[in-house]
Order: sequence, then C-alpha cells, then structure tokens
Amino acid sequence: MSRSDDVLIVGAGQAAAQLACSLREAGHQGSITLVGDEPAPPYQRPPLSKGFLTGAADEDSLALRAPGYWQANGIDLLLGETVVEVDRGAGAGGRALTASGRELVFDRLVLATGAAPRRLDVPGAQADGVVVLRTLADAADLRRRLATARDVVVVGGGFVGLEVAATATVLGARVTVLEAGPRILGRAVSEATSRYLTDHHRATGIAVHTDVSVTEIVSAGAGRVVAVRTADREIPADLVLVGVGADPRCELAERLGLQVDDGIVVDEHLLASDGTTIAIGDCAVAVDPTPWADLDASAPCRVRLESVDHAVTQAASAVRTVLGEPSPHVSVPWFWSDQGTAKLQIVGLRRPGDRATVRPAGPGRLVVGFHRAGRLVAAEVVGSPADFMALRTLLGAGHPVPADVFADGDVVLRQLAKDARQGSISAC
Amino acid sequence: MPKVFYTQPDGTVVAVEGSVGDSVMATAVRNGVAGVVGQCGGSLSCATCHVYLDERHADEFGEVGEDEDEMLDCTASDREHSSRLSCQLLIGEGEVHVTVPPEQL
Repeated sequence: MSRSDDVLIVGAGQAAAQLACSLREAGHQGSITLVGDEPAPPYQRPPLSKGFLTGAADEDSLALRAPGYWQANGIDLLLGETVVEVDRGAGAGGRALTASGRELVFDRLVLATGAAPRRLDVPGAQADGVVVLRTLADAADLRRRLATARDVVVVGGGFVGLEVAATATVLGARVTVLEAGPRILGRAVSEATSRYLTDHHRATGIAVHTDVSVTEIVSAGAGRVVAVRTADREIPADLVLVGVGADPRCELAERLGLQVDDGIVVDEHLLASDGTTIAIGDCAVAVDPTPWADLDASAPCRVRLESVDHAVTQAASAVRTVLGEPSPHVSVPWFWSDQGTAKLQIVGLRRPGDRATVRPAGPGRLVVGFHRAGRLVAAEVVGSPADFMALRTLLGAGHPVPADVFADGDVVLRQLAKDARQGSISAC
Repeated sequence: MPKVFYTQPDGTVVAVEGSVGDSVMATAVRNGVAGVVGQCGGSLSCATCHVYLDERHADEFGEVGEDEDEMLDCTASDREHSSRLSCQLLIGEGEVHVTVPPEQL
C-alpha cells in the first residue's frame, strides 16, 4: 500500500528535493508534492556564500535538477506557497491548506521546513545594510550590496559568516569579524582548527575579534548603517552580515502537537512523536546517527545538523520509512566549508570529551583526529582533501585508527584506507 | 546542443543534452543520471562524481588538478588511468562519453 501513498513534503530545500527524487527513483507510485515558500525551484545553498557572490555561479547553475526534471518525474512543485493548516484524519493521512487556499490531501506528511537565520537583537538592527544570508533572494541582495561595500562587518564567526568574510575580502572590502564567544567556530570545530583558521583569516587581512558582543547598530539619517558599536569600540560599516546561527522552523510541527526541542524530535526512522509524520533536514533533531554514539558513558545525545550530507542521507533513510521498509538511520556525517583558500572538511561528530590528536601534515595543511574510548570517531582537515577522503573511508569502514597510528606521520592514511576498504569488501 | 553519454556499470547508456560550460557532474545530477552523486556541488570536497573518461577524449580536457589527483586516490571504486572527477570536466562543443563506476560512496 505504502508505495501508492500520496506524499506531501512541506519544504523544498535539499532534504525535501532529495526525498522526492529518491522516492521516484525507488519506484514510488503515489503523488509527490513539494510546497516551498521561496519562488525558486529546489537549489543548492552552499554556493550562496561563495561562488554566487563572486559571480562564478549564477542562479541557473544552482538548480538541483534541470527545469524539466520535476514534471517529467511526476513531482509537483508548489512554489511561493506556505502550508498554513493541517487537518489530521485517522492514521497517517490528512489534508493541508495553503496560504493561497489550495487543499492538498495526503497519506504521508513530511516536514522539511529547514531553519531560519537568527537576527540581531540590539538597538538599530533594523538599519538598511544589516542583512542575513539563507535564501537565494538574500544572496542576490548581498551580492548587489557587496559590489559597492567598502567596510563589511560580519557578526558571528560561524561557517556562513567566515565564508562571506573570505568572499568579501576577495572582492576587495575591508572585513571585520566579530565573534561573541572566545573563538571562531566555537561549537563546530576543535580549538586547534579554530586557531588555524583564525590565523588563516588574519593573514588574508580580515580583522578577527573574539569575545566581542555587538551593542548597537549605528545608522545615518537615511537609516543606512554606518557603524557597529561594541562595548569598547565603534567599527565603520556600510554592510553588516549577521551570521549568528539559525533556528529550526517548527511552527507547523508545534501546531500539530509534535514534540519539539530545538527541532522536531524524530526517532531513528525519522518519525516524529506522532509515529507517522516524518521530519528531515535542518528542522529535525535526531539521535546521534554515528555508529559510536553510545561509546561514552552518557546516553546517546540528540543532534540537529545543518548540512548537505545530513539532508541527503536523512532523505535516503526517510525513503525507506515511506516505502514501509524502515531501517535505522546510521551515518557518519561530513561537512565542508570553503573559506577563501582554506578548504575545511569535517567527518564524524566530535564531542567535548573526545581526545584531540594533531597529525603531522605539511605546510598549509591541518589534520586533527578525535578519539573516544580508543577509537577514531571524527576528524577535521584543512587543505588536505586526500587525508580527508582517507579518514572518511576509514570511519565508514569502522577502522579504529588508534591514536598512536593516527599520530604517526609515516603511516600513509590513503594506504590504510585502501586496505580497510578491501578488508571490508572481502569480509562481506 | 552537446550530448553527454553516461555508460552505466551494467552497460546501459544514458544520453543527456548538456550545455557548453556546464560540468559533466552537474549535467548528470540535474537530469537524475544514476551513479553520479556530486554531493558537494563541484567544490572538490567529496569525490562522489568519479567517472572513467573515454580514451577518445584523453586530450580534450584540462589536466588533473592537484586536489583532484589527491581525491581520485580515495574514490570508492578503484582509480584507473582514465579516472576523473566529473565536476572538473566542463562540456565543450562536442560529445562527451564517460563510464560511471560501480560505487561512489
């Protein structure tokens, strides 16, 4: 029966699009409808902070699928539309109402509503020239402003902020990054990587300040931003990018009475607390999907991840749930962030108690591993894609890569990975 | 319009119309060609768009770059002499023929 279910996906981002495409590829027979509040068909967000701003990538090149793909594959895109109401019938089905008055009947509801960028909550934050970056429209606006901006202040030393800072520097602006915490990327990466990237950005001319909170945005008569004020200084700015994280969009889930706790809480099959609604992508908070989640004494913690890989792999697991062949979502998540010429790649999920080991690497490279209960569980790599690929392979194959092996510069990770891959193939 | 021919591991061939300047990876992904993943969108971060480039094109594309070279050493299916990351193969005026490897992840 489930193959013929009519599937309604609220959201049209990476997770939503992947689920729709993968369902069709898997032979799903029922209707598939995506409702997205942005006007553009599903597109890639990562280039919005990089290539799209420099002009290397245009809107067409961001499309996740060719324009004709959706119709050819029987996937209905309702764009510029918002689901405002959902009536649950008995079981998994129900009907949804959109803002423009369309009624959508479904057998299975999927929430892939994404996340919304946080705004600054300080006096003057509404000034013209204070922007966030999440959508294509945001990026087009930012690109237009960057063309004339001289003094750019980035509030928040996270991925989006640092990527934009690096891009703005390349475009010729004077850039200052203000991070409220003691170091950039404080939650995302270890101290070693944080320090490395701080040095990298400073070497390119970016002023990176930590432990600094914005107290006020100063604007001129016309309401245009002219400076950013902190406790002890005023920094000139004609453009302020606010990159202080994003909050999951849970309004619909809350109205449906689903459990929400910094995201829509889902189980290992991506099912929300009602046991039938699926939630995937940036809006979902799930048990740590790594095979080593319960290696430490604490109970497996819940994680909410914002990344392409996570959206894609969760969608793959959700396909199995929709088709009635559920299997627990297990994966070793990976991330990348191109910050100017620094290519950061991360695999696995590091926890505060994990032991960090820096591996000898050549100039311009950083390779850090994290061990838990004697086995490698995560790694951070800058400027060394081969080491990253090898580590990703090793983690995927379940190789423990003990800390002494990891730290031994004479051990060639690629060879270790090749052996592990062949080992895992022959073990099958 | 230039055409890209993707030969699947089972021998079936999928032909897709491409545009000059687009990559062989993006052309595959946008048209739902199986076996080309391209998770990172072409930023040389994932090595999931590995293909074997037909010998006839050996001189038609730019050389393997440094990062590409490193990543090709770690692809899920073994590297061969003709291995390329298809995000680095930009379509020109002519046809392109590639073979998709059995595994990408």
